[in-house]
Amino acid sequence: MKNSEKEKSLTDILTNMNTNIGDNERLVSAFGGSLLLAYGLKRSDALGIALAVLGGGLALRGATGHCQVYDAMGVDTRNSEDGNATYSKGGSGKIHVKKSITINKPTSELYSFWRNFENLPQFMNHLESVKNIDDKRSHWVAKAPLGTTVEWDAEITSEHENERIGWKSTEGSEIPNSGVVEFLPTSTRGTELKVTLTYEPPAGYLGSLVAKLFGEEPSQQVEEDLRRFKSLMEAGMIMKVEGQPSGRAPQAKEATA
Amino acid sequence: MKAVCWYGKHDVRIMDVPDPEILNPRDAIIKITTTAICGSDLHLYNGYIPTMEEGDILGHEFMGEVVEVGKDVKNLQKGDRVVVPFTIACGNCFFCQRDLWSACDNSNPTPGTVETLYGYAGSGLFGYSHMMGGFAGGQAEYVRVPFADVGPLKIPDSLADEQVLFLSDIFPTGYMAAENCDIRAGDTVAVWGCGPVGQFAIKSAFMLGAEKVIAIDHIPARLKEAERENENLTTINFDDVEVYSKLKDLTGGRGPDSCIDAVGLESHGTSPDAILDRVKAAVYLATDRPHALRQAIFCCRKGGTVSIPGVYGGFLDKFPMGAAFGKGLTFKMGQTNMHKYMPKLLAAIEEGKIDPTFVISHRLKLSEAPMAYDKFNTDKDVWRKIVLKP
Repeated sequence: MKNSEKEKSLTDILTNMNTNIGDNERLVSAFGGSLLLAYGLKRSDALGIALAVLGGGLALRGATGHCQVYDAMGVDTRNSEDGNATYSKGGSGKIHVKKSITINKPTSELYSFWRNFENLPQFMNHLESVKNIDDKRSHWVAKAPLGTTVEWDAEITSEHENERIGWKSTEGSEIPNSGVVEFLPTSTRGTELKVTLTYEPPAGYLGSLVAKLFGEEPSQQVEEDLRRFKSLMEAGMIMKVEGQPSGRAPQAKEATA
Repeated sequence: MKAVCWYGKHDVRIMDVPDPEILNPRDAIIKITTTAICGSDLHLYNGYIPTMEEGDILGHEFMGEVVEVGKDVKNLQKGDRVVVPFTIACGNCFFCQRDLWSACDNSNPTPGTVETLYGYAGSGLFGYSHMMGGFAGGQAEYVRVPFADVGPLKIPDSLADEQVLFLSDIFPTGYMAAENCDIRAGDTVAVWGCGPVGQFAIKSAFMLGAEKVIAIDHIPARLKEAERENENLTTINFDDVEVYSKLKDLTGGRGPDSCIDAVGLESHGTSPDAILDRVKAAVYLATDRPHALRQAIFCCRKGGTVSIPGVYGGFLDKFPMGAAFGKGLTFKMGQTNMHKYMPKLLAAIEEGKIDPTFVISHRLKLSEAPMAYDKFNTDKDVWRKIVLKP
């Protein structure tokens, strides 16, 4: 640790883009810090001032994603929060997501559902439709921002019944992408599913569309897709909560006694 | 329909809201005939549980009559009387199939927040915040019940609503707390908290063969209720006597074999650690106030069990891990695996082994809920268990 780095000014810290704190921790830090700051400012005694300073520090740490203490200790929590997932968006803009989930069903049942790609939009929210062209090839339509769509053709590149399916967009696709799903039987827990997805968005407008398609957290989106797949396979449905009554409904009003 | 909606700390309102509809093929719509306010609803009322939104319908203890079923619900028919468990469970996943119903994988569609806090998320719950799934609760005229082919328990006409209503939460919760103590011949079980869950834990401990049960609280009416209901019960008022010494004295110097914390995160106490907890909770340095739990751990005999039906949500400060390790304690806790216990406990009610109506202190109209919440929160001596009728 160089001395010069320890003596950063506030402006340096605020403009510093190098984060070393994971997103969840940032959120907790920013939220808790703000509360503490507010509470400290409300009290007008010595303890209040101390709490406000501590709170302000935490809030700043959350807002900037940079922790001076972590810096000094050489700690970086950005990648440790993501459990079994790995996700990288390298310099080329390539999106690479790996996820796994355990589903309490035999491999054959999961394999045959997935092998018919027309089923995928049932649980992959960013897909509008998939149509099979023949046994190997299919046409995919994905939802893009502002009601537009992105389309491509894909073909199956490897296929081992009840074990593994690999697919890849065909030559000349606007958005080259590929995926592999592996079905690993367990002794008593059903099937372990391992999914790897890669998207190579081109530079420019289309590339930015794809980036938006996956939002800030592609790994989170894939995890949610797999959770929906699990629910569909195990419970035969995906739980809905939108459409329940609440006091937020437009026609809701306070009841008269 | 009319529903009790949450609008913030100490702010619940009776609202006219749309009626619930079938959203999934395994749903049913229940017309509520009787519902209740749970002590854990006070955690929401007092603003301790994050991810509540203005307008959320409260309530997870309810029963009623089936008025509509989704196309995949074959076991229920219009007109069936049912009690509904407060935990929602699919019946198909690894956890449900191992009787760990409150850990269901498929009932909470928004597990992200809980996973951030806990690593993995448990089942969805009725009327208990959006991190628990955002399900509308049953303090209303109607409720939508997901996985209705698995959860609701049919009730014979010979039993009145009030006799079976508490199968929805507090009776199984108290029972599981006692079962978790793995009670053996000659055992002494100490129960912190004589609220309704504590009362059912006391009864259940006797039912499961405890030789001695000791109840600890400082609200005279609750201690009296416990004494009235259990012939052989010993009680301790912690305002009058020092709990550790008294328990040691009552157990021949050994300490209780099992300690049940039926208090949870809003523990009240007057010792220095309890007061420090309040200060820390007020400045958000610790979210839960675990005084009763600390005392239970300290008082438990070597190799004993600490069973925790009381709800905890966040982080504890000054948790006596050294005492827990030094004595080799076993900890059992968690949301109740409702579906496992409901049929067995319904049978106990039918056989007359227990009449759960003894915990009811007030019977009110649903429209009186805002007043009832306030009274329940501020006057625990008199307002012990409130039942509401739409």
